[in-house]
Amino acid sequence: MSFWEYANPVKFLKLSGVLLPYFSILAAITIIAGISWGFFFTPDDYKQGATVKILYVHVPSAFVAINAWFMMLVASIIWLVRRHHVSALAAKAAAPIGIAMTIIGLVTGALWGQPMWGTWWEWDPKLTSFLILFLFYLGYIILWAAVDDPDTAADLTSVLCIVGSVFAVLSRYATNFWNQGLHQDASLSIDKEEHVADVFYYPLIVVMAGFVLLFFALVLLNTRSEIMKRRAGAIMARSRI
Amino acid sequence: MIALIIRDLKISVRAGGGFGLSLAFFFIIVIFFPFAIGPDLDLLSKVAPGTLWLGALLACLLSLERIFALDFEDGTLDLLATSSLPLESVVISKALVHWLTTGLPLVLLTPFFGILLGLQNNNIIFLIISLIFGTPALSIIGTFGAALTAGMKRGGLLLSILVLPLYIPTLIFGAEAARRGIQGFETQNSILLLLGVSLLSWAILPFAAASVLRINLR
Repeated sequence: MSFWEYANPVKFLKLSGVLLPYFSILAAITIIAGISWGFFFTPDDYKQGATVKILYVHVPSAFVAINAWFMMLVASIIWLVRRHHVSALAAKAAAPIGIAMTIIGLVTGALWGQPMWGTWWEWDPKLTSFLILFLFYLGYIILWAAVDDPDTAADLTSVLCIVGSVFAVLSRYATNFWNQGLHQDASLSIDKEEHVADVFYYPLIVVMAGFVLLFFALVLLNTRSEIMKRRAGAIMARSRI
Repeated sequence: MIALIIRDLKISVRAGGGFGLSLAFFFIIVIFFPFAIGPDLDLLSKVAPGTLWLGALLACLLSLERIFALDFEDGTLDLLATSSLPLESVVISKALVHWLTTGLPLVLLTPFFGILLGLQNNNIIFLIISLIFGTPALSIIGTFGAALTAGMKRGGLLLSILVLPLYIPTLIFGAEAARRGIQGFETQNSILLLLGVSLLSWAILPFAAASVLRINLR
């Protein structure tokens, strides 16, 4: 009984079919519980007022947005090394979720930044690297859509994902460097986690767990539908012959 | 490999080879920029390093599609792939030719364009150094992008979307080095980082581009 057994699409479908409802229900429970805890049962921040509650959505979505890319990187490497189709499809399935989370992170950040920093957008290193992450997701998704042959598409996107990861890390450090060069005043880049008091911290952790569960549920769902789509395509091709 | 480089160089300088296209584009950006911003030399000299870097990047982007498209269409790339020359070397020679025909001329023309944009003589040197170290990275990264989209009929837009995020570190460090130099700050860190990005790209991307070409040629 090895982990690689689930590279078999039939076994994967079976296991994911069992797991999916659990993940979905758990995700729904934790997100609803965490968000309502955060929204209604925590005090307003003395400086930020009620806007601090945006962070209950902002931080988890940003967290998932970054880690979705890592998941895609691992899945891409597994595809290139072991040629398991489920792995390639899982990477493909994670990309739209990742880009959606990136957009949620950027939008909620803008909504929070307007009252707090007085601007919708600031060329702060964190914001800038999120914008760059968005571009990486965009290129990855478009490349999947542009190539007709599924195996070629999987190969090309996997290489792009690996190269992109190297350059994404480079960009992260480059934006840090670049922004220091522009203005030394670093008061905007509050490291949120370290400054958060316990009252805000616990509901935040619950929502983050909820978002991670939601990510797993959505990836499973998307991968399953990709596998079924491919199977349907194969059946149709066979019936034409 | 040398024969391949000479062949590609010859093709690119012939009429319609695309050698003039990116230079003309760079030229247009530099000439038209003052019309858009206004003739104030102080203001122009402030934005000059960024403008020239952006111009170099866009001019580079414009000529990327040609790196593999023609050779892919007429089958030259298949021959190169089956020849005894490793595909990695083919990628390196293609990137080198791209740099010789776009990056190097841009660097050589920068002194004149710098004057047009109000830079002082001793400041232009920073711009030239940053472009010399940075444009090779633009060429090899672009070659990787061109290899990714080699099999596609109209890959131009896709190519730019794929390559743009990869260009960000080079652009940041390059423009930063030039700007710092012109404002009289120390430039060593940014120039070393720029050089690092360039060397890293030349070290890893030929392998990535060659593997992608093999996939596209399958």
